[in-house]
Amino acid sequence: MSEPAVSAGKLTKCFGSFTAVDAIDFAIRAGECFGFLGPNGAGKTSTMRMIYGFSPVTDGELNVLGYDVKTEIRSIKCRLGVIPQEDNLDPDLKVLQNLIVYARYFDIKKAAAVARAHEVLEFVQLWERREEHIRFLSGGMKRRLTIGRALMNEPEILIADEPTTGLDPQARHLVWQKLRQLQSEGVTLVLTTHTMDEAAHLCDRVAIMDQGKILDIGTPSELIDKYVLPEVVEVRVAVGRMEPLIMKLQQLSLEFDAVGDVAYIYARQGGEWETALSSEPGVDRLVRRRASLEDVFLKLTGRVLRD
Amino acid sequence: MSVLRLPLLKVSYRAVRVWQRNLSVLLRLWKTETWPPFVEPILYVVALGLGLGGYVSRIEGLSFLQFLAPAFVATAAMFVASFECLFGSFVRMEFQKTFDAILATPVNVEEVISGEILWGGSRAVFASLGVLVILAFFGLVHSPWALLTLPVAFAEGLMFASLAMIFTSVAPAIDSFNYYITLGLTPMFLFSGVFFPIDSLPRGLQILAWFSPLTHAVAMQRALVLGHLNGHLLFDLLWMLVVTFIAANIAIDLMARRIIK
Repeated sequence: MSEPAVSAGKLTKCFGSFTAVDAIDFAIRAGECFGFLGPNGAGKTSTMRMIYGFSPVTDGELNVLGYDVKTEIRSIKCRLGVIPQEDNLDPDLKVLQNLIVYARYFDIKKAAAVARAHEVLEFVQLWERREEHIRFLSGGMKRRLTIGRALMNEPEILIADEPTTGLDPQARHLVWQKLRQLQSEGVTLVLTTHTMDEAAHLCDRVAIMDQGKILDIGTPSELIDKYVLPEVVEVRVAVGRMEPLIMKLQQLSLEFDAVGDVAYIYARQGGEWETALSSEPGVDRLVRRRASLEDVFLKLTGRVLRD
Repeated sequence: MSVLRLPLLKVSYRAVRVWQRNLSVLLRLWKTETWPPFVEPILYVVALGLGLGGYVSRIEGLSFLQFLAPAFVATAAMFVASFECLFGSFVRMEFQKTFDAILATPVNVEEVISGEILWGGSRAVFASLGVLVILAFFGLVHSPWALLTLPVAFAEGLMFASLAMIFTSVAPAIDSFNYYITLGLTPMFLFSGVFFPIDSLPRGLQILAWFSPLTHAVAMQRALVLGHLNGHLLFDLLWMLVVTFIAANIAIDLMARRIIK
């Protein structure tokens, strides 16, 4: 097997006495799309920032493309593309200029930068807008331009921190399509997300993180098989009717989580119990669906709100 | 002690990339950015020299305007370099996240801050050039040595850019700069030999004035514009270079700590 694109051993990041990333191990294969999944504050962004050399590693090992981030970060940065969580396009420069100026940070010569910018803008469908001011771009266009900017140095690894947060569904699908296309061209993708949909759409493998630790790593379907049953029935009840419902579920010896006014019931398949439940007093709605990565995620990290 | 770590040693030619980014932006905004350095000195020369000057007797054998005008070569550089590395750098760091964007590339944080300081120094040269052109127009430049005011303006600009950057590194919000302006720049402007020779101040204030970086810049620029060269100018230059070296290292170190987490 070829050398991993990114590998971490006991990787740790502390801010003062707070441990944001707690001795995690992982290896990202060249050419795969690897996702870090977790609630806010899980340590995803801190991990990403160490990979692209923005944050110093507190402890442990971190190798990117065979280089040690502690000593050879410049060699790594030359071969990485970074799509940050916050938009940081240059508002004083137009679309094309943003790319040309960015290419200069990589010592790309002017003529080569112009040629590359043309390719990249065609790819992210912004060539027609090359003379536009940044402030006139929609959120989706800005995000595409940020992706384009990250491609200026023809990176081997593309790092995307929540690449579609805040985008509308059309814009999100276009971003996904572009990212998949890049992966098919051989680029390794490393991304963070807290939308399961995104992880399921894009990622070959995901690492589920919580409180600085990796809870598990696997393909989305492996994780679903491992942690939840294939079917989920969501039952919503009227105020005050949860207690009796829970008793009923225990009687039927079903596996479930109760959160607020909804009970999530995990099952191998539907059955008579469903009909029985729908006729329970106070049951407003009963929906059966396939188990998703979201259920795994919530099962592992808990259904309680995080801040 | 941050200066002992000499973060300037980590700076490569890549600092110029950051300087170039700022130049690209300036060239795009040239309509609003290039004329003030030429117009402001006209206002000063007319109001203070021609207006106020009529009421002031001769200073060190010069008319008030002849004495005052060359000092503006130095004050313009101070204000422009300081504002660039206070407001300009702060906006790029906190609001536009420009530094974060650059730090995802092979450019390191030491180079980002050095590039910003270099840029502050360069804008100071442009500001001093504006004043010099206007002074020449009013017949107030008396010596070809005046051309040397431009490299001196660069050194002065680097010094004020570095000092401003130290303050920017600890500024919690953009309105904090009022402290630096009111307690730093304004007193320097008034007590560094711009409007009157510092020997006319009480002894205590004279010593304070010696510690004002602007004092040394004003002395040099006045001497060069008037062609009154003397050995003491080398000391002024050395003073500025030493302060710049120390301030730049401290500024880079503090900014690196603020940005890199």
